Amino acid sequence: MTNSDTPPAKVHDLGGEPGGAAIDRAERAVTFWEQRVDALLVLLADRERRIMDVAELRRGIESLGPEAYDSLNYYERWAASIASTVVEKGIVTQAELDQRVAEIRARKTAGQ
Amino acid sequence: MSARFKIGDRVRIDDRDPPVHHRVPRYARGHVGVVERLCGAFGQPELLAYGGDGDPAQMLYRVHLKQTELWADYAENPDDTLEIEIFEHWLSPA
Amino acid sequence: MTHDHSHPPPQPDHPEPSSDYHFLGMALRELLIEKGVFTADEERRVIEVSESWSPARGARIVARAWSDPDFKARLLTDGRATAETMGVEITAPELVVVENTEQVHNVVVCTLCSCYPRSLLGLPPKWYKSTDYRKRVVYEPRSVLAEFDTHLADHVEVRVHDSTADMRYLVLPRRPHGSDGLDQKALAALVTRDSMIGVTEALSPQP
Repeated sequence: MTNSDTPPAKVHDLGGEPGGAAIDRAERAVTFWEQRVDALLVLLADRERRIMDVAELRRGIESLGPEAYDSLNYYERWAASIASTVVEKGIVTQAELDQRVAEIRARKTAGQ
Repeated sequence: MSARFKIGDRVRIDDRDPPVHHRVPRYARGHVGVVERLCGAFGQPELLAYGGDGDPAQMLYRVHLKQTELWADYAENPDDTLEIEIFEHWLSPA
Repeated sequence: MTHDHSHPPPQPDHPEPSSDYHFLGMALRELLIEKGVFTADEERRVIEVSESWSPARGARIVARAWSDPDFKARLLTDGRATAETMGVEITAPELVVVENTEQVHNVVVCTLCSCYPRSLLGLPPKWYKSTDYRKRVVYEPRSVLAEFDTHLADHVEVRVHDSTADMRYLVLPRRPHGSDGLDQKALAALVTRDSMIGVTEALSPQP
């Protein structure tokens, strides 16, 4: 497998890392909220807005840390990265996000 | 833009681990391959990742390497190869 | 091995979110719309365009390449411009088309994340984004291909492409034996998503 003496790989740098298992070939449809997260990046990165570049998405995902990379699924990592980027850029505040997440959770609990 | 390398040049991929976002996998670092094509100039990922415009754009190359060069214990066909995109600022002549 | 070209459609009746990150995605979208960063209509259009992208787009290009040597030669030199002459818009900065031959079999991965030619193949399958695929295919490609029931002759060179920067990749699978009399529509039906990633060959025509 890997034969480099460089420092331990960052969590996303997976080529040649040990521990790879049999490939799970099951198809899994993208859910509606995942389509919306996907669309978020497309809209933020498009030529008209240029609010975010895909490189920033990747950097944000890489800096989530190994625990997040293990416990969050693909689009959850996207959501986390996009959130931290738009907060960094002052487009939304962390407080606004936290409050809205709480409201949405309350809505869902109330069955809306 | 003028490119430092041309198709067929032997190049070595830098063996470094910058603290910033970058797009050179660990397995490729320090290895020698051959330029397969020039892809054109694109913004540097190290700069784009922090909200910059990536300038100055760097020439991007596809580098062709032997798997036996990349992996000391490569267990499959010794003629197998791998091709990877590397920016000029990560390459030196070999 | 699946011969199914109709991948499950996205679910409009989405399952209830179960983690804060699902709520975070929703919160982001609501706030950004409220702040006028984009509109719900623009969001809907983006989703519709993404849904319109499927492996059928890539399959048309492969079928044409199999039928038209001049088109194939141009496709291998300048993938994006050539694909666009067929009216297939490519969103990637550039498209690299790599041809499977009797001597070389190509397979594509993005070890660092999940780069994929979405405008040609739709969204990537879960396995393409998996840590297992990203870890293994660069150093034991034949073992991975075997899990897709793909077994290559010993003399074939397997060439792995790691999509690390701005290029996106399409594998041009080998034209199957027995397909000589087929028109492009019938040829396209033999070209699966997995054969354009490189983990399988194209389908054989029905006898």
